[in-house]
Amino acid sequence: MNNPDIDGHKDAGIDWTRPSDSQPHTQPPVKPQKFFEKRKSVHPQRIDGPFRRFKWLVMLVTLGIYYVTPWLRWDRGPYAPDQAVLVDLAHRRFYMFGIEIWPHEFYFVAGLLIMAGIGLFLVTSAVGRAWCGYSCPQTVWTDVFQHIDRFVDGDRNARMRLDKAPWGPSKIARRALKWTIYLVVSFWTGGAWIMYFADAPTLTVQFWSGTAAPVAYITVAILTATTFALGGFMREQVCIYMCPWPRIQTAMLDEKSLLVTYKDWRGEPRGSVKKSAKNPEEFGDCIDCNQCVAVCPTGIDIREGPQIGCITCALCIDACDRVMKEVGRPRGLIDYATLEDCTREAAGETPRPVWKTLMRPRTLIYFSIWAAIGLSLMFALGTRSHTDLTVAADRNPPFMLMSDGSPRNAFTLKLRNMQSRPRQMEVSLSGLPGGVVWNDRMPRGDAARSMTLTVAADSTQALRTYVLAPPGTASQDFAFVLKSLDAEGESARSETRFSAPGE
Amino acid sequence: MMAEKRIDTPTGTETVGHEWDGIEELDTPMPRWWVWTFIACVIFAIGYVVVYPAIPMVKKATDGTFGWSSRGQLAAEMQAEDGRRAPMLAALSRIPIERLPEDSDLMQQAVAGGRAAFQVNCVQCHGSGAAGSGGYPNLNDDDWLWGGDLKAIEYTLVHGIRHPGDDATRTSMMPAFDGILSPAEVQQVAGHVLSLTGKAAPNPAGAALFDTNCASCHGLDGKGDRAFGAPNLADAIWLYGSSQQQITRQILAPRHGVMPAWQGRLDPVTIKMLAAYVHSLGGGEDFVEVAEDPAVQVDEQP
Ligand code: SF4
Ligand code: SF4
Repeated sequence: MNNPDIDGHKDAGIDWTRPSDSQPHTQPPVKPQKFFEKRKSVHPQRIDGPFRRFKWLVMLVTLGIYYVTPWLRWDRGPYAPDQAVLVDLAHRRFYMFGIEIWPHEFYFVAGLLIMAGIGLFLVTSAVGRAWCGYSCPQTVWTDVFQHIDRFVDGDRNARMRLDKAPWGPSKIARRALKWTIYLVVSFWTGGAWIMYFADAPTLTVQFWSGTAAPVAYITVAILTATTFALGGFMREQVCIYMCPWPRIQTAMLDEKSLLVTYKDWRGEPRGSVKKSAKNPEEFGDCIDCNQCVAVCPTGIDIREGPQIGCITCALCIDACDRVMKEVGRPRGLIDYATLEDCTREAAGETPRPVWKTLMRPRTLIYFSIWAAIGLSLMFALGTRSHTDLTVAADRNPPFMLMSDGSPRNAFTLKLRNMQSRPRQMEVSLSGLPGGVVWNDRMPRGDAARSMTLTVAADSTQALRTYVLAPPGTASQDFAFVLKSLDAEGESARSETRFSAPGE
Repeated sequence: MMAEKRIDTPTGTETVGHEWDGIEELDTPMPRWWVWTFIACVIFAIGYVVVYPAIPMVKKATDGTFGWSSRGQLAAEMQAEDGRRAPMLAALSRIPIERLPEDSDLMQQAVAGGRAAFQVNCVQCHGSGAAGSGGYPNLNDDDWLWGGDLKAIEYTLVHGIRHPGDDATRTSMMPAFDGILSPAEVQQVAGHVLSLTGKAAPNPAGAALFDTNCASCHGLDGKGDRAFGAPNLADAIWLYGSSQQQITRQILAPRHGVMPAWQGRLDPVTIKMLAAYVHSLGGGEDFVEVAEDPAVQVDEQP
């Protein structure tokens, strides 16, 4: 959002042209340019307020979901795992409570991912980078690690002092303690991840007794390392340099998106309480106390205008509201506002109500696409069949003659049973007069118009099947019909062709 | 257009000094961790070049201190696979073939192994679908020259058919009737053979000639005799064709197929797997315990 050419931006936000009006357009470089820059450490100050409390709540919920989900149980009977949410890569199944997804139904997962994408568009166009500010894992874990900093080293000033202090026994001890806690949290993060891919209680026992699969240890090691590095040290650098999402969101915001905004027409020019008490006419509401900068988890100054470093966590709103209360000025010098509203407010008009901001065509279109995909997925899920039949006819040879001259064709049938119990199924021929069917697990003598068999729970069974027709039968189309012999009575039909000598 | 380097006012960052249509580029310094990541990657690459094959030389690339090669990896994987299959192969070598169907898991593994071996050793004559072609039997059907139960198929595989140098090979010889029967008689016999499957009108003269000359091997009803590999003439399956002309030719100058004995070329377990595969193709017969000496059975034939 550093582009000063966005419409409305000039009037609403910071007037980028103002400083250069008073300065020559081109100035000589003041000092030799650095090629590489050390990360400026960020020591956000403790703050309390409605947004901070909301952030606590989101953190609690998201971390709760992450750590607890794999331990929830869901009874699926004796033939399927009882873990509520399980990605079973080995058996290619995805379980989510009452839903079981097979690989051929991957469109459900694709649909969920598309919904997640459009959901982010929706949220961004309505409330800006809310995902970044509250629920992104990078944000949540950074928040956790910053609280660890605060717990071990004290608040902002103490931490800044300790950073500058020379290395001595006490600093080493504090750093060791802090990094150990980092490591424990990181390890727990990585350890929770693998629980989604195997039975959690079993895997925990295996993990600690050293009998889990190597990939489990490797995954935990990698995730521990990345959490330790990204949460403990990289923090806002991930948002500013690595993550593609801020760039995408920058393109998705418009003048009607709610953003954390410093209302410069109200705050400028800044002046301390003392100065403005002397000359109330000359100064704006900002008392230049720097509280908004002190609490910012990415270490930026929101008063410079919307910028890519701002994850819209709204902690600066909490900070500034406090200050305003103390000096007896109205809250909301920094606030969620749209650029459009800022223009209006600056011109002395009343801003549009928030619901009008949210209910505009763009958000409504996103919402309807999002809801339509969701509804069709639910419809597809509700009406999907739990059986399927695929037929592959032998091509080589397409047919052969038995000694009595009757042509025989061979097929490979695939019977699918998606229920987590074994099911009786009947495969019968439709068409092909006089034809009989049998398979390689039954004597040929039992060949008949149909055969009954049990398909194992939650599996696809390949069945070598033979179809025999009376001598003289010509090539013709026919079909296999699969029927489940249970209460569901599901059926599937697969058209195929019987080949015989002649045309 | 070149412009002077200058400090960009809102960001306080120096520009690179170029300008195109009013667009300038900031010379933002790179974050230092990025440089460290780059250096770490370079160090990793150097390590990689040392331990893995990397630099192409005249004949081959440098070996690398780990001694890794794709061939070596394949060999190790193959060895691991052999180890995994060893118990199955051991079980197969222990079990007599006629008892194989009792262990359906083992049977399925044998069929799978047999399919692979078939594609290497047998497709040249029998075709990749085992459907044969003129002179090479179709193994999918239920007509067997020498028997279609597991044990008979295994025997055929071990000793071959008319394989020189194997005393136990399956062997028989149909005499050439050129000169023994007159051309007219040959036509009558061929007509009788065709009448067995209803392809020609009954032919008493031909029937009489068949009884004297052919029935000793093919049987009075023409159903053949597996002890001699004498084909069943009363079914729909014809190795050398079913026209009057093709049958006449076979009577005058019979052709005899030869199949190599696989004993000594393939190990017994592979032969067992091949037998299981051929048996599984759809025409396999159940093994029935019969008298020790096949000759006894022959005598009982009408
Ligand atoms: S917290 Fe509010 S008053 Fe203090 S510097 Fe920031 S904007 Fe100004
Ligand atoms: S500027 Fe304010 S909203 Fe943006 S990241 Fe900093 S504290 Fe959060």
